Amino acid sequence: MSLNALNMRTDTDPMATANIAAKIRAVGVDVHYHDKQALFQVDLTIPANTVTALIGPSGCGKSTFLRCLNRMNDIIDGCRISGALTLDGRDLYAPDIDVVALRARVGMVFQKPNPFPKSIYENVAFGPHIHGLADDRAALDHIVETSLRRAGLFDEVSDRLHDTATSLSGGQQQRLCIARAIAVEPEVILMDEPCSALDPIATAKVEELIDELRQRYTIVIVTHSMQQAARVSQRTAFFHLGEVVEDGETAQIFTDPRDERTQAYITGRIG
Amino acid sequence: MTDSSKPDTGIGHDKFTSQRLRRRHRAERRFRLYGVMAVALSLCCLTALFSSVFSKAYTIFGQTEIALDIQFDQAVIDPSGKRQRKALIGADYGALIKAGLGASFPQVSGRRDKRALRQLVSSGAVYELQELVLQDPNLVDRHKRVWLAAADDVDMYRKGLIAGGAQGNGRISAKQAAWLDDLARRGQLERHFNWRFFTSGDSREPEQAGILGAAVGSLLTLLICLALAFPLGVMSAVYLEEFAPRNRWTDLIEVNINNLAAVPSIVFGLLGLSVLLGTLALPRSAPLVGGIVLALMTLPTVIIAARAALQAVPPSIREAALGVGASTQQVVWHHVLPLAMPGILTGTIIGMARALGETAPLLMIGMVAFIVDIPTGPTDPATVLPVQIFLWADAPERAFAERAAAAIIVLLAFLITMNLGAVLLRRRFEQRW
Repeated sequence: MSLNALNMRTDTDPMATANIAAKIRAVGVDVHYHDKQALFQVDLTIPANTVTALIGPSGCGKSTFLRCLNRMNDIIDGCRISGALTLDGRDLYAPDIDVVALRARVGMVFQKPNPFPKSIYENVAFGPHIHGLADDRAALDHIVETSLRRAGLFDEVSDRLHDTATSLSGGQQQRLCIARAIAVEPEVILMDEPCSALDPIATAKVEELIDELRQRYTIVIVTHSMQQAARVSQRTAFFHLGEVVEDGETAQIFTDPRDERTQAYITGRIG
Repeated sequence: MTDSSKPDTGIGHDKFTSQRLRRRHRAERRFRLYGVMAVALSLCCLTALFSSVFSKAYTIFGQTEIALDIQFDQAVIDPSGKRQRKALIGADYGALIKAGLGASFPQVSGRRDKRALRQLVSSGAVYELQELVLQDPNLVDRHKRVWLAAADDVDMYRKGLIAGGAQGNGRISAKQAAWLDDLARRGQLERHFNWRFFTSGDSREPEQAGILGAAVGSLLTLLICLALAFPLGVMSAVYLEEFAPRNRWTDLIEVNINNLAAVPSIVFGLLGLSVLLGTLALPRSAPLVGGIVLALMTLPTVIIAARAALQAVPPSIREAALGVGASTQQVVWHHVLPLAMPGILTGTIIGMARALGETAPLLMIGMVAFIVDIPTGPTDPATVLPVQIFLWADAPERAFAERAAAAIIVLLAFLITMNLGAVLLRRRFEQRW
């Protein structure tokens, strides 16, 4: 099926798909919630070690697409997915794929900070603990510290690791959620509007962090803020009414969009 | 709460607005008043209930006792002198009491008067003497002043709850009243703390009847009920909420659970009678069977409460755990269940409280029997507190009314202890998010 789809779909940017090493590739992805179709024939290639921003008006299907990438849609009743989605060339929806193992490779950060109502330490340690990444307490301590450091949070919380995580500020909570995601050493981090509940200062910190994380991880970020997409991403895909209208280099999308709907959206005429 | 006490703050700039504002404040004050009235009314009812029960029950703490100088006569108790337990148990302690009474009232003669005199002391007092001798066989052939329980009519008379002598209805004759006054003058009639009520099982004699048997029966029954209903209920709720697909079968199960919660409890008693006693031939009147029946009755309540508590856990917590690659079981075990635990405990306690007060299904499986012994295990015959209350409230003797009221207080104390335990547990589990 995927071969046919590849041959048929030649109208999207051929440059983009040809030149880059794909980490994730989507070909002809349809998603239905019960009778309602949310995504129509989505083709998208996400290269490794880059930040890919998904932009588009509300309800355009960008979050739906994001949640397909670590199969979080599995827990939604009546959600059906067809088409081909691959991670390093392996079909994500193949019957032999273990969802638990997949989610350890493809981490996720949510729109609203959602730390567990436990201590800061336990929040970060939960993932490594359930995946058996640490043999002893010292190793676990090490993972927690490096994860918090990479999330740029360690210095702020090092003296209260065993305080409850819900006492942190919103921005700190979100960076804690990022630390929790990277503690299991994923390859891809999906971020669903990670800054929409944060103030500008916290947002700036998270954006800075995203840029650093790009060295080690592949990042896909859904955002409503076009400035944010322009600031943090190298590639951008514009979603509209369940379709990918256009995708390519961020600079190109924002300065020289090929599709007039993209043009209309980034200049604020639709959305 | 709005700042209803402040005057118009000037936001409403024309008089319509300020009029509307005043009306709104009036409505709000009225609404609050209704709330206060509702709370006050329910408090009044509660106070009336409690004061009625307590005013009937507080006299239970005292028990009139009569001191007799008992000569533990070897010839009566143990003629062989071998101090064999069997001989000590079978001895005629009634004769000792009669002798003791005779020593206190040498002037009383005649069969009828002697019988009236004997009736002052509880007929269960022989067992109190027996107990003394069994504990200390050296008492035999010695002399000792012993406080024995007075008969229930004497107790009621001395507490002023029934009239005696000429005005009485014959339960205490004028002669008996005079003897009692005599005993009181000589310091042989006193009211002591009623330890019998808290340490013995049921009895035909009110002054010997105690609550311990029923309390232990209730405790055993509830433990079995909890041990069955809590894990079964929580596991069912977790499966239905977290694992089961939503389809016609689970809808059917849900409807049936809700129906089951509304089934009259006596039906569960009938089920226990026919299946547990009939088919499985489990022992009659046993807390084991009572616990199983009450567990069946409590199960739907626990399932419904646990499902509601699980639903109340924010989905973001589930997503967060799934997002780092936790399996559904790990999500439930590490995050959802601890967060739902306060709600589950509340539901369970409500169910257990209902089970504690349940009478009807237990009548069906024979827990209404007259049981003197204090149960030592879940298969011993036993009764429970509400059934005991029912039995005592039904008894003709005035002294049993006092005991029924006291048993209600014990039941309430049981309930309050359980609720307190639940509050403490809940506080341990409670977390903010």
